[in-house]
Amino acid sequence: MSDVPVALSPNPRTAAPERLRLTPEAARQVIRNAQVALLDERRQLTAAELEALADVPDASVPSLAALAHEVRLEWCGDTVEVEGILSAKTGGCPEDCHFCSQSAQFESPVQATPFLDTDDVIAAAKETAALGASEFCIVLAIRGPDERTMQRILELVPIVQEEAGLNVAVSAGIVTDDQARRLAEGGVHRYNHNLETAESFFPNVVTTHSWAERFDTCQLVREHGMELCCGVLLGMGESVDQRLELIGQLRAVEPAEVPINFLNPRPGTPFSGRPLVEPLEAIRWIALFRLALPSVILRYAGGREVTLRELQALGLTSGINALIVGNYLTTLGRSPGEDLQMLDDLAMPIGALSKAF
Amino acid sequence: MAEPEATYCIWCGTARAEHPQMACRRQLDPPRFCPTCGRRLRVKVHPAGWDASCRDHGPLVA
Repeated sequence: MSDVPVALSPNPRTAAPERLRLTPEAARQVIRNAQVALLDERRQLTAAELEALADVPDASVPSLAALAHEVRLEWCGDTVEVEGILSAKTGGCPEDCHFCSQSAQFESPVQATPFLDTDDVIAAAKETAALGASEFCIVLAIRGPDERTMQRILELVPIVQEEAGLNVAVSAGIVTDDQARRLAEGGVHRYNHNLETAESFFPNVVTTHSWAERFDTCQLVREHGMELCCGVLLGMGESVDQRLELIGQLRAVEPAEVPINFLNPRPGTPFSGRPLVEPLEAIRWIALFRLALPSVILRYAGGREVTLRELQALGLTSGINALIVGNYLTTLGRSPGEDLQMLDDLAMPIGALSKAF
Repeated sequence: MAEPEATYCIWCGTARAEHPQMACRRQLDPPRFCPTCGRRLRVKVHPAGWDASCRDHGPLVA
């Protein structure tokens, strides 16, 4: 199998920005306007205000990030929520999400494995608790749960809560109304279902299900009283306009949490050759997501290590107020000790969060 | 793991003879292929580590 040393490749710098940047003076003005809106008037930014902020020049990104940090502190406080995740059923997924190494439709190095034993899941939850986390997410690589899978999930949730003392989140794909109800009644604290990208770009990423199906599941999660965790994946070739479109669509589903993933191109997938998001661009979009969604739990998720490298602490002062600690689903994170030291150095306490209103 | 004796690359499964040593080393990936036979490994990634095992050659040690 051919391979590309993705993790060690440099972030390429694009020759020119996709859209015209504002002048420094205009950038100062739009950032100032956003500050007044979010901190003085305490109102959400309009789509036009967000679009203007997306066009500030690179030199203004630190100012944008500083405002995003101030907004995060004002709307959410200084606490950082730490979560561990576990791929409890890996690979063999019938869907064709072009970024994912767990699709059965691509020749990926990831070998499919069945649902883990209860003991394995509990052990992973206890590992997570030992790292200071308050949330543990059980993730399954499936289109949606069948009845047998539902029963396994409903059996695991109370056991993990009891044994590890953690809030339990679940990510099991597209659910029906009845399944959402049963998950909520079964004690699932938060349900993860990502929009991933804008509706207009989604057909370039997934062809086996529709963006509308994802949106519908997000609605069901909220309707049944679970907190909605609805993430994004940046760097798949979407335009600036489409990222702004995505922000608007996220606002419509009103998530409690938004994990921000950056594409980490996986061997064997259709997106294996895509470049990484540039670090400063990543910071720009972290800040923009915070300014657009001032009250959400904005979580550092997959791809941050390869995308941001030495700038990871900067994300925590650009709007991020949660992180996944330790390893991801099929890839490894940096050591939990490094992340915990980073939070200590930034004087940011660890704790559980809910969406601030 | 006794990597110098490996016959196959643990990240891409290519035979070492056809593949510069460590050419595709991935700092943030667990091993995916058995160094002895090149077969895909069953890998469990958990928050603080990973476990990998080959159907024929048993577990790999982190």
